[in-house]
Amino acid sequence: MQDFAAVRSEMGEFWNIRSGLEESVKGFFSAPPEADVVLESLIPEKDFNTAGKGSAEVKNLLKRLGVDPEVLRRVAVAAYEAEINVAAHSRGGMMDSYIHSDLIHVVFRDKGPGIADIAQAMVPGFSTADDMVREMGFGAGLGLPNIQKNADALHITSSAGGSTVLEFLIYFANNER
Amino acid sequence: MYLKDIVTILEGETLIPSADLAVEVPCAFASDLISDILMCTKEPTLLLTGLTNNQVIRLADMIDIVGIIFVRGKRPLDEIVEMARERKLPLICTKMTMYRSSGLLFNAGLRSCKI
Ligand SMILES: Nc1ncnc2c1ncn2[C@@H]1O[C@H](COP(=O)(O)OP(=O)(O)OP(=O)(O)O)[C@@H](O)[C@H]1O
Ligand SMILES: [Mg+2]
Repeated sequence: MQDFAAVRSEMGEFWNIRSGLEESVKGFFSAPPEADVVLESLIPEKDFNTAGKGSAEVKNLLKRLGVDPEVLRRVAVAAYEAEINVAAHSRGGMMDSYIHSDLIHVVFRDKGPGIADIAQAMVPGFSTADDMVREMGFGAGLGLPNIQKNADALHITSSAGGSTVLEFLIYFANNER
Repeated sequence: MYLKDIVTILEGETLIPSADLAVEVPCAFASDLISDILMCTKEPTLLLTGLTNNQVIRLADMIDIVGIIFVRGKRPLDEIVEMARERKLPLICTKMTMYRSSGLLFNAGLRSCKI
């Protein structure tokens, strides 16, 4: 008998939605409206000179648009953590930011190697960061929990050997507490 | 407490001579872990750290850092000092350890940041 579980590449999925926002988040993802502004940036593998520029650019644009400073901070922190994860843990990828009148939707797609167990990756303190990444000050295993804390909705899909897609939504109306 | 008082207490050296040291510092946080710093900084904060790479400067693009103290004699490269200059971010070096620096500032009345 063949062990199918070991052969099949298991696709993992993770959702977290801030309580009270389930309806609006579901509404958004079931029929995503066209964005007013789209920003794209490349995230090269292990390039810590470039890493973080995309997030800073998005933050500056939202600042010019008059977004609340506390919301700005949350967007910047969530985007930066996700951007660093692509640079630090993957073979590189893309960051696409879709700015709407009431929210920002940011999508990170990378070229693998994927996350075998997303639930485990979400545990504060879990990290597979290598020595070079740790030397830069990363590897606390707090990036994904930090994204979850700051985003109004977080969605991750991945599989061992595949690519990882992480997307989050943050509303401009401050929904935190 | 002002940044210039902090320079005095830590017997610090200012790496950007043009930086404004008459800045009020409401609170401080000390860590060598970037995610830790991002998680704990929600108000204007003085950062004490042993990290001297460019990502520690880039942090100031994301969160409100009023200045960085590099502890235990660590010194960033010129290009990193330049990044800070562009951002008008004061950089200060001290020979004191992270523990001693934090202790002296705390005793002088600088509170820790709210987490
Ligand atoms: N894009 C990705 N591709 C592959 N693995 C990832 C990706 N993002 C996260 N991971 C995995 O999830 C783990 C936890 O990520 P998390 O951001 O929480 O911590 P970290 O990046 O290791 O450390 P920190 O973010 O605190 O500096 C990582 O160590 C890595 O194993
Ligand atoms: Mg991380």
